[in-house]
Amino acid sequence: MERPIAMQLEDTLMEAVRGKSKAKAFQDTRKKRLKERMIEKFFLLNGLLAIFILGGIFTLLFLKAFPAFREIGFWQFFGGAVWNPNAYGTPQYGILSLIVSTLMVTLGALAIAVPLGVACAAYISEAASPKAKEILKPGIEILAAIPSVVVGFLGIVLVNPLLARIFGISNGLNALNGSILLAIMSLPTIISLSEDALRAVPRSYKEASLALGANRWQTLARVSVPSALSGIIASIMLGMGRAIGETMTVLMATGNAPALTFNFLEAIQTMTATIAIELGEVPYNTPHYYALFVIGLVLFVMTFLVNLVSDLILQKYQEVER
Amino acid sequence: MSKKFTERLGFFLLAAATFLVLLFLGVILFDIFSKGAGVLSWKFLSQAPRQGMTEGGIFPAILGTFLVSVITVIFAVPLGMFAAVYLHEYARPGKVTRLIRLAIRNLSGVPSIVYGLFGVVLFVQSLRLGTSVLSAGLTLGLLTLPWTITACEEALKTVPKSYREGALALGATKWYAIRTNVLPYAIPGMLTGVILGLARAAGETAPILFTGAAFFLPSLPKSIFDQFMALPYHLYILSTQHHAIDKVRPIAYGTAMVLLGLILMLSFSAIWVRYRYRQRMKG
Repeated sequence: MERPIAMQLEDTLMEAVRGKSKAKAFQDTRKKRLKERMIEKFFLLNGLLAIFILGGIFTLLFLKAFPAFREIGFWQFFGGAVWNPNAYGTPQYGILSLIVSTLMVTLGALAIAVPLGVACAAYISEAASPKAKEILKPGIEILAAIPSVVVGFLGIVLVNPLLARIFGISNGLNALNGSILLAIMSLPTIISLSEDALRAVPRSYKEASLALGANRWQTLARVSVPSALSGIIASIMLGMGRAIGETMTVLMATGNAPALTFNFLEAIQTMTATIAIELGEVPYNTPHYYALFVIGLVLFVMTFLVNLVSDLILQKYQEVER
Repeated sequence: MSKKFTERLGFFLLAAATFLVLLFLGVILFDIFSKGAGVLSWKFLSQAPRQGMTEGGIFPAILGTFLVSVITVIFAVPLGMFAAVYLHEYARPGKVTRLIRLAIRNLSGVPSIVYGLFGVVLFVQSLRLGTSVLSAGLTLGLLTLPWTITACEEALKTVPKSYREGALALGATKWYAIRTNVLPYAIPGMLTGVILGLARAAGETAPILFTGAAFFLPSLPKSIFDQFMALPYHLYILSTQHHAIDKVRPIAYGTAMVLLGLILMLSFSAIWVRYRYRQRMKG
């Protein structure tokens, strides 16, 4: 909102009345306007920073991943399932097993977190008393605040022996363990955003349904949830993005064995865990180092796409609401 | 099945799911605090680890986390505030604004380990800051920036439009109106966001793994160009990398409790500030 010219002219006149010469007053106003414009430019620069950082992350990842494509070859990465960069003789850089591992724990986490999270969101928005909400909402916030390293620690000391006993295996550090922990990590995102979506459903929809003789459950299942569906899906996508990028929990709880498997009771190694384990050991600017940036680039692109899709869904849904 | 029964069963299942989620939270808090409380003492908080980290306290890790958090706040808060002021007070709807918002939302979804990679290349290698408190703090600052911006913008949204218009109508320039009639009222809300961002940054491990956190240091960091020990990294080492994992388990629990306690304290104080602020805006 620019100030109207008339107002600025008035400023000038006022200054003149106060005894300054007209020329000086005009000059002062111009100075003031210049200052205001400089301030606006300064804030714009800070706003643009977000774009610079996002672009910077992509550019640096790409620059560091590029030598790996040149020295090792593009198809080595995406055509091979064996990740063994320290092999004597010919190191192998296939990242398929790492991608499969990441997708496995992510899908496992969603299988647990989506029904739980959406049900919890539905309970908070449709059934909970105001008093219960006062406990539930901060509770979800606290769950979101628990650091991933603490969740990973509990994966080792609590979930690990539990799984070992239930399934009769010697070691409970496996894909299932990681899935359970990631489910806990992504629950707050899914719950709070799904609840927002459910709360945004116009009251008149529910009232119309109830007036037609539907009970509260039918109203929830056939009116509220379908109308909030795009918001719920967006929340699930965001939870998925979080699960894909989570590092410490999977690093601590999945056993870290880079092998291609689809068995949830076997140890796996995700993309994030691979970077976390190996970046500290490799010398800068070696093929292995560059290869880790290839994994980083793939991770970045995956989460970027997931976030972008959820963004598009949300935008469409907001347009419909208006 | 009668409709009535379906309705009862449905809402029962929703309540059960909610209970289960709360149970997760309860188990996490109970386990950490019940087993961590045993090792907690003034000595544990004030001494350095001894005998290959099997004895002694965690003071260097507490200090390291504190130092890094200070850098994070100094870096992220002003930038986040300025960006929020631009988005809420100056930006006109259009392509540039849409792109900035898209970038912010995507930045908040970038995995923390990717921030770590970025920090290694930019701060450690290119800017030659080395593995240090500064590099780690700046990396965490980048990570918290999108949250800070969003929180500050939310705070600006709560300031009524009439405050700005009143100042403008009296002939104030735009910046003067923002400085005197908007920012002072938005500060408590911004503070809430900053504290929550800080709580997140203090618990992050992946971004500091390669930008400055050290396994063990015999002495405390002397400047921001030294390496440091940090609570979350210390917990990671004690629970996975240590040579006598079972022996140090109590210390690991104690570390987890201190870290969790610190973060819960920050979160509660943020919730409290927000509550007080809302009461004031209502009254």
